[in-house]
Amino acid sequence: MKDKDLGEIRAIIARHKLWDLIFMIVGIFALMIAVLTFMALFAHMLIDGLPRLSWDFFTSFPSRRPGSAGILSAWVGTTLVMLVTAAAAVPMGIGAGVYLEEYASKNIITEIIEINVTNLAGVPSIIYGLLALSLFVHQFGFGQSILSAGLALALLILPVVIVATREAIRAIPVVIREGAYALGATKWQTVSDHLLPYSAAGILTGVIIGLARAIGETAPIITIGALTFIAFLPPSPVKAEFPFISFEWLMAPFTVMPIQMFNWVSRPEEAFQINAAAAGLVLVVMTLAMNAIAIYLRYRMRKNLKW
Amino acid sequence: MVENSAGGNSTVDAPHAQYKSEVRNLSFYYGAFSALKNVNMMLHEKKVTALIGPSGCGKSTFLRCFNRMHDLYPGNRYVGEIILHPDNINILSRNVDPIEVRMRISMVFQKPNPFPKSIYENVAYGLRVRGVRQRAVLDEKVEEALRGAALWDEAKDRLNQPAYNLSGGQQQRLCIARALATDPEILLFDEPTSALDPIATASIEELIADLKDKVTILIVTHNMQQAARVSDYTAYMYLGEIIEFDVTDTIFIKPKNKQTEDYITGRFG
Repeated sequence: MKDKDLGEIRAIIARHKLWDLIFMIVGIFALMIAVLTFMALFAHMLIDGLPRLSWDFFTSFPSRRPGSAGILSAWVGTTLVMLVTAAAAVPMGIGAGVYLEEYASKNIITEIIEINVTNLAGVPSIIYGLLALSLFVHQFGFGQSILSAGLALALLILPVVIVATREAIRAIPVVIREGAYALGATKWQTVSDHLLPYSAAGILTGVIIGLARAIGETAPIITIGALTFIAFLPPSPVKAEFPFISFEWLMAPFTVMPIQMFNWVSRPEEAFQINAAAAGLVLVVMTLAMNAIAIYLRYRMRKNLKW
Repeated sequence: MVENSAGGNSTVDAPHAQYKSEVRNLSFYYGAFSALKNVNMMLHEKKVTALIGPSGCGKSTFLRCFNRMHDLYPGNRYVGEIILHPDNINILSRNVDPIEVRMRISMVFQKPNPFPKSIYENVAYGLRVRGVRQRAVLDEKVEEALRGAALWDEAKDRLNQPAYNLSGGQQQRLCIARALATDPEILLFDEPTSALDPIATASIEELIADLKDKVTILIVTHNMQQAARVSDYTAYMYLGEIIEFDVTDTIFIKPKNKQTEDYITGRFG
């Protein structure tokens, strides 16, 4: 009798364990689709593009002859646009996040704002492009410039920075916040002496992930009218004469990496396809490098923080 | 129903010379929930007053009224007064800035909560908030506070090391030093030893006994023996009310109230 019971229990366990196995196989399969697809794409670009990469490729302007075409104007444009994006999105995003988390009173208006911020992250990027076209390009008269593009992408990643800031601040234990307030600190003292320094790693991760998203964005940049073929650089930000710094480059026309790629992919010649693969490789490596920096910084800065 | 020592033999005339603070008809609401109901009590100057009672009886809520901690969260409401002597102000008044109250009344929390900064910066933070910049003043105050919290000998050679390198008991003493550095008038302890081992607990209790020469102390404890050991006055709370408040010996040896007696003797709670 007892043996029979035990046998039944074992059969039930075996049946249930079968589900563990099935789920594991499905899970691994799903994971492999994601990972292998990326690996295959990356390998394809690597095979096609790697031989094309050379010093000249980075220091040449685009050209009608695929062999001498390069990505100089594209990577300079991307770098400058990212600079504007970071300069605009970081202070605005952190400020908004801190305000919502620490200052805003919990009422219906705050809640509506919060829902809006979350939803902004899901708005198609081309909508931001349209907004930037009418607001920055025409209304403010910034033209089809680096400034307009940088601000458009800043709007795009603003929700990412806001959400990252709020989450990083919320991860700080309540007793640390209360400890600061209990010593007579004001809100601003608590924010600047404690909350921001302790959440810096999380915020920085959010900023870099946001920038990594922005770096590959094409639609909003095309919408505001970036050039697809550009054979000169924006004016240099550093000058020989006083005041040594110039902001003329902000108003310069430009192109960016994804647009350069798009331009080459749409050419019929086979050689341009190879250029596109090489540029894609550079873009992917840039993105991966940014993510790697984010992971490293998070690790480094969290090491000193344990509660 | 609410009884306090005003009628007992523990208090003498001329209360203002003796009381650091008087709580008058204090009620407290978390939204619609009434967490404290018409509490009356006094804190004797330079004495230790303990709050005991079962979990959820409102002792921590009561303690956190003294430094207006509830102001940090929306939907909380105070009714009644906590008068702070000698200047006779009601610290719960809307006209009194909670930051000013927190500058006069320090708090030590249940779990040691040093900032992820150096030992020195932890102790100096309260002074920095008050705008103290001169290194010499900071150095002197930090040393004084660490000595006051019996941590100086262990910490003096590693003031610039992270506070998290200290043991749990040392961290709690660091938090006491941090609270002492600004010369508070009242020191609030919210179950300061509940996260510590017995040896660290003993050292904190010893410290509290030493500190009462300098500062008025209000301590919440879930441990009745601890209340008996460290306090001069004890209030027994239940369901947001003070059931009995008297000299600690009286509370523990011959409580007047049956409920208090049941709790003290372990028949309840």
